[in-house]
Amino acid sequence: MTRYILHRLLTAVPTLVIISMVIFGILALAPGDPLGQLAANPDVPPEVRQNILHQMGLDQPIPIRYAKWAMSWATGNWGYSFASHISVARLLLQRLPTDLWVIGSGYLIAVMIAIPVGVLSAVKQYSLLDQVATTSAFIGYSLPTFFTGVLMIIIFSVRLHWLPFIYNVQVRDPVRMLQQAIMPVAVLALFQSAVLTRFVRSSMLDNVGQDYVRTARAKGLAQHRVIIRHVLRNGLIPIVTLIALQLPTVFTGAVVTEQIFRVPGVGSLLIASIQNSDTPVVMAIAFVAAILVVLLNIAADVVYGALDPRIRYG
Amino acid sequence: MRSDDIRKLVTEFRGHRLTRRQVVTRMGELGLSLGAIWTVLDRATALPARAAAAGRGSQGTLKLLYWQAPTIVNPHLANGTKDFHASRIVLEPLLTVDAQGNFAPVLAAAVPSRQNGGIAADGRSVTYKLKQGVKWADGRLFSSDDVVFTYQYVINKQTATTSYFQYRNIAKVEPLDAHTVRITFKDPTPFWFLPFVGGYGMILPRHALDAYIGSNSRNAPFNLKAFGTGPYKVETFRPGDLVVYSINEYYREPNKPAFSQVQMKGGGDATSAARAVLETGEYDYAWNMQVEWPVLEHMVAGGKGSVLTAPGGGVEALYLNHTDPNKEVDGQRSSLKAPHPFLSDLKVRQALALASDRGTIAKELYGEEGDASPNLLTTPRTYYSKNTKVTFSIEQASRLLDEGGWTRGPDGIRQKNGMKLQMTYVTSVNSLRQKEQQVIKDAFAKIGAAATLQSVDAGVFFSSSPGNNDTIAHFYRDIEMFTDTFSLAPIAYMEQFYSGDPMRDIAQKENSWSGQNLCRWQNKEYSAVYDQAVKELDPQKNAQLWMKANDIAVEQVAAIPLIDRKIVSVRSKTLDTAGNMSAFDPETRNIADWRRTG
Repeated sequence: MTRYILHRLLTAVPTLVIISMVIFGILALAPGDPLGQLAANPDVPPEVRQNILHQMGLDQPIPIRYAKWAMSWATGNWGYSFASHISVARLLLQRLPTDLWVIGSGYLIAVMIAIPVGVLSAVKQYSLLDQVATTSAFIGYSLPTFFTGVLMIIIFSVRLHWLPFIYNVQVRDPVRMLQQAIMPVAVLALFQSAVLTRFVRSSMLDNVGQDYVRTARAKGLAQHRVIIRHVLRNGLIPIVTLIALQLPTVFTGAVVTEQIFRVPGVGSLLIASIQNSDTPVVMAIAFVAAILVVLLNIAADVVYGALDPRIRYG
Repeated sequence: MRSDDIRKLVTEFRGHRLTRRQVVTRMGELGLSLGAIWTVLDRATALPARAAAAGRGSQGTLKLLYWQAPTIVNPHLANGTKDFHASRIVLEPLLTVDAQGNFAPVLAAAVPSRQNGGIAADGRSVTYKLKQGVKWADGRLFSSDDVVFTYQYVINKQTATTSYFQYRNIAKVEPLDAHTVRITFKDPTPFWFLPFVGGYGMILPRHALDAYIGSNSRNAPFNLKAFGTGPYKVETFRPGDLVVYSINEYYREPNKPAFSQVQMKGGGDATSAARAVLETGEYDYAWNMQVEWPVLEHMVAGGKGSVLTAPGGGVEALYLNHTDPNKEVDGQRSSLKAPHPFLSDLKVRQALALASDRGTIAKELYGEEGDASPNLLTTPRTYYSKNTKVTFSIEQASRLLDEGGWTRGPDGIRQKNGMKLQMTYVTSVNSLRQKEQQVIKDAFAKIGAAATLQSVDAGVFFSSSPGNNDTIAHFYRDIEMFTDTFSLAPIAYMEQFYSGDPMRDIAQKENSWSGQNLCRWQNKEYSAVYDQAVKELDPQKNAQLWMKANDIAVEQVAAIPLIDRKIVSVRSKTLDTAGNMSAFDPETRNIADWRRTG
């Protein structure tokens, strides 16, 4: 087991190096520069802008810039934001708690809805409950978050004045904290649970017809024990992968939702940094996300072993 | 007896010793009706605010919403206008400038003039007397040494400041005493007010930044905890999200500022920012409402707030390419060596100007946010030429083209010697701009000119990467549309039509497309007038020269001005911002005077 994990970790290193090269290359070749907002401002003439870009090192060839970046990452320095002159690690640390709170709870609620609903609609296939769950899952899945978000703002903020639509981290009052989180969390949970419900349902259906289930029933086990102890346990295996692979989004943020509700998570930082060509920040977020995906992949494989005794690592 | 009890309850409630619910219960026990209780409580909460309105910090939190989020609270390292606004709450220049271009002292004791000996007659220097007893937010005294330091900070190339241009004509800044400072210029200039005035002129504390000049600037603790001589200091800063300001205890003016805390929240988009002020009332003030007028007008009709405007949002113009964007010469298109096949013809340019339907764009899309403009130079108003006017006439335009020998082909497009009046017309991706494009395209079609519409992402369009062909400087199209903004001195703005040294001034491969003249328009007379205007020390004559330069560029149709835009913000009905709007100093310049009125 340990050998297996060690082996996987070692093979992950070259993968990550290649990923970092690709991301860096794309960012370096992408058009735009950090001073775009000042371009139509004659008070900041091109010579001044060029000097600033020179000081940022943006006039150097791409391989040299990559080498510098890689060396500083190797020593644990994530670099400095072009826009705020503050270390990238510090910027990310400022944003993470909000992400964990808003996106984390959105995800948690989604899982808590999706598993029971998915299980029930598989067990009672084609029942009224299944029909309702399926329909709402398709509605939730096909409505993009930018639509549901704006719709909720218009109903609950503009018309009814119930909820604030601008997220403010400065709020300390627990009631207002909940109030401002309701809409973004709901939007995320709606979308995520829709996706997950479908997966849980189909994965359960795959197992319900299996021989071992019939055997379990033949043994005279109660229906709920058959479903929970046998079917669900096997049905969850692909779901675990799915959840594990989506966990990095708790870190990278939900770009669209964060933008609509002005939630200051990593996602809104990412989109703002892309727009301003703030390469060090974009690089750090993208690369950390890549690391998380690779690590969680390994973690998912390890959890498999616990869930499915047939899988053994040698 | 009962009234005494009620009074006691109210006092305890005001002193936050009792909650609202507790008070309601107790008053109910005293036999008051629910309606009566609400009236008492409403008065109890409203009264102290009104009574104490005059005092420092008596009005709670002021909430500002900036859809472009501030990322740094140091104006000299700003990446956009929002950063100047965020900084101006904390830092102050020597002089402020109102919407009309009038100066008023901030850290200076008086506005320097020829009469008071502040401005040298030869235009070589300006001397400021500074206010005495002004303190930084950490209690240290402000002195002329900080002004000297600000110059040293800005002019250091390694610091990479955005305000460099305003200071580059300075030969030296010397403290004559602790409260007098003299600025000597390299070349005599009428524009003594470029440095140390308005948004680019904020003074930095030497004791906080002395060690952080040059590339070390990013390690300064000041970046997260900026402070200055202004009414507030930064309490917490989350770049790209939120700046929380608390009162500068050492602020020199008694009883100001009225708000105990200011929050500047960033992010999102302009329309929803307007909504947060005008429809839900979550915020008190939102900056830069780049929202189509019909949308904004609808929100204002709700009655929760109002629109604030001031001249100087820049002129939205059609920049015409005077060189051929389709012919490649020496590895570049739009080369000076290849004149444009038809835009080099004055009659064609005049016809396009006459066909540009500015009235419709102004009325339908801009409303109170801008006016149809006959001039390229409109702000400050002292430079506004009266010799030009907005004419929209398809008839006159068609006649000009007829005279020029441009005849309509079978497809309705005019042509001459096999050359069709067919052009590419590009602007940034922006729904308002795409509608403007449509209006112009339709009007052009009426005179037999065909425009192919294109739009480029703003991040690319306005970037300065020499390797990208879609930037405004490469100008690989026939017409491009954008807004160039103004400053108090038109030297930089008017340089975009200047060609004194074409190799330097005109954007092209040889200067990595850094020349300011994007139209590649060359006119000796214009350049001569510009050269004079930069040097003319007499304010009256100086204004005349700038107007003359504007008139030449307009008559020769170097570019077609469309809309004289205004700077636009919205505020809640209950907020008084004391005439804050100005294009020459950030809108937050007088935040110490802002107060709640209801």
